Amino acid sequence: MSAVEAEAVSQPQVRGVSTRFLRSELHLIFRRRRNQAGLLVLASVPVLISIAVKVSSPGRGGDGPDFFSSITENGLFVALASLTLELGLFLPLAVAAIAGDAVAGEANIGTLRYLLTVPVQRSRLLAVKYAAIAIFALVATLVVTVTGIIMGLALFGGGDMTLLSGSQVGFGDGLLRVLGASLYLAFCFASLGAVGLFLSTLTEQPIAAMIAVLIFSTASFILDSIPQVGWLHPFLITHNWLAFGDVFRSPVSWQGIEHGCYVAAAYTVVFWLAGWARFAAKDVTS
Amino acid sequence: MNGAAVATSGLTKKFGAQVAVDGLDLLVPTGSVYGFLGPNGSGKTTTIRMLLGLVTPTAGTVELLGRAMPQHSGTVLSRVGALVEGPAFHPYLSGRDNLLRLDAADRTTDARTSRRRVDEALERVGLLAAATKRFRAYSLGMRQRLAISGALLRDRDLLVLDEPTNGLDPQGTREVRSLVASLAQEGTTVLISSHLLSEVEQMCSHLGVMHLGRLVAQGTSGEVRAVTEPEATVETDTPEVAARIMQELGLSDIRTGPRSASGRLDGIAPEKVVAACVHAGVAVVGFTSGAPSLEDVFVALTGEGFDVSG
Repeated sequence: MSAVEAEAVSQPQVRGVSTRFLRSELHLIFRRRRNQAGLLVLASVPVLISIAVKVSSPGRGGDGPDFFSSITENGLFVALASLTLELGLFLPLAVAAIAGDAVAGEANIGTLRYLLTVPVQRSRLLAVKYAAIAIFALVATLVVTVTGIIMGLALFGGGDMTLLSGSQVGFGDGLLRVLGASLYLAFCFASLGAVGLFLSTLTEQPIAAMIAVLIFSTASFILDSIPQVGWLHPFLITHNWLAFGDVFRSPVSWQGIEHGCYVAAAYTVVFWLAGWARFAAKDVTS
Repeated sequence: MNGAAVATSGLTKKFGAQVAVDGLDLLVPTGSVYGFLGPNGSGKTTTIRMLLGLVTPTAGTVELLGRAMPQHSGTVLSRVGALVEGPAFHPYLSGRDNLLRLDAADRTTDARTSRRRVDEALERVGLLAAATKRFRAYSLGMRQRLAISGALLRDRDLLVLDEPTNGLDPQGTREVRSLVASLAQEGTTVLISSHLLSEVEQMCSHLGVMHLGRLVAQGTSGEVRAVTEPEATVETDTPEVAARIMQELGLSDIRTGPRSASGRLDGIAPEKVVAACVHAGVAVVGFTSGAPSLEDVFVALTGEGFDVSG
C-alpha cells in the first residue's frame, strides 16, 4: 500500500451533502410490494366514487365540506370528495404504515445495527427517515388527488368551478386550489408521520408502532367530536384537517388552514425531538 | 499510530441488576488476528456492541484505532468493517441492492465507484453469481457471506467479525479462513469472536477469553495457552497400564479413555513417559505431548458446565 493510499485509508473524508441515503430510503419504500398495494388502495377510492356517482344520483357524503353534490358539475370535485373520505382512515393508515416501519422495521430485521455501524449518525438517520416519511405523505396524498382529477375530468369534464360559497372561478384557478388543498393535507399527514417516527423508536415491532399511530389519530378524531373537551380541540392533530375545504370559499378563509399549519409544525418539531431524545442514547440490542 | 487497534479500559455494562460485562480491559494490537472466545452469554456480543457504539457502556472507555468511542464514531467506524450477531438484510431486496443501500448510507464513499466496490465485495465472498437473487432466497451460508462482503465494501483498518463461520459449510469455512489470512496479510487488524475453537486456533495470533462478563485470559496465543500445564497422552490398547505407569512417574490429573491415557507433565520430560511405557511392555500406538489443545484451555478457563453463563 502506498503512502498516499495509506493516508486515504486512515483519514476517510466525509463527502458533502448527498441525497444517496434518502434516495435509497425512497427506493426501499416505493419498491416494496406492500406499499405499492397500499397506494393502489388509495387510488381506488376516487375511481370508485367517480364511477358510483356516474351511475347513480349524487348524495351527501359524510361530514365536512360537501363536495359530492358538486361532482357532476365539475370533475375536480372527485379529488376533493376522495380526500375527504380518505383522511379519516386510509391516508393516516398509509402514513402510519411507513412511519411505524421507519425505525422499528429496521430494528426488527436487525438492519438497524448495520446502518449504525456504517456509520450513520443517529440524528442523520432520523432526519433521513423523516424526510422519506414526509415525501411518502405527499406522494400518497397526490395519488388520491391526481387519480381523482383524472377520473373526474374523464367522466364529468372540467370547466369553470363553482366554489362552496357560490361564486365561480376558472378551471386553472380551480386546479390550483385543488393542488393547494392537497399540499396542506400532505403537510398535516407528514406531522402525523413525525408522531409515527417517535413511536417507531420505542419498539422493535413495526406493527405495534403502526397501530399506535392509528390509535393516536383516531383518538384525536374522537376527542374532536366530544364538545365537552372543546378547550382541547385546537391542540388536536386532526382538528384542522378538514379546513382544506376553506380553500374553496371566496374569499379564501385562511384562519383554519393557518392554525392547522401551526399545529402540524408544532407536532412535527415536538415529536421529532422526542424521537431524537429517545433514540440518540438508546442501546441497540436488536 | 499507537499499538492498539482496540483498547478498552474498565469497560462495564449493566442491564438492570445484571452485569453483562464487568471491568473489561481489552487490548487488540494493530495487525493482530485476535480470537475473542467465551461461552454463550459470557458478554462477547455486548462487548462488541459497545466497541461499535451500539450500546452505551455503564462505565469505562473504548478506543477504536486510537480514537475515543462513541465520540468519534462518525469518522472511525467507516474504517471498521463489522459483522455483528449474524447477517441482517432487507429480505425483499437482492444481495446487491442490500449492499448498495449500505454503501449509500456511508458518507465517506464515492457514489461513482459504488457499483464496482459492491461487485468486488460480492466476488470476494463468492456471491457474485447470486447478486440479483432476493436475500430471502439465500441460504444461511449465503447470508453469512453477504454479511462478510458488507464488511468489505471499502478499505478497512479493522474488521470485527462476530461468528463469521456460523452456518457455513466446510468449504465456506476454509474460504473465510483464507480470506481473514489475506486481509491480515494486507495489514487489517481482525477481531474474531467464535465458538469454533479449531478455527480460532488456526487463524489467530492473539486470544482473549471471556467468562461471566470478565476477561479471564488475554495475550498472544502462546501466552494464553501457557495458563494450563503441558500434557502427555499415550495411545494404547491398555490405557490402565499406561495410567499406572504415569502415576508412578509422578504425572498428575491422570485420565483414561477407551484407547488412551493422559496426564499433566508437571515438569517431567515427555520422553521419559514413552520410555517407561515401552519398558513396561505397553504397546504404544501413538504419543503426543506439549501445549494442550485450545479446547482444553477454554474448558480450563471457563469451566466444564453445559449451562450458559447467567
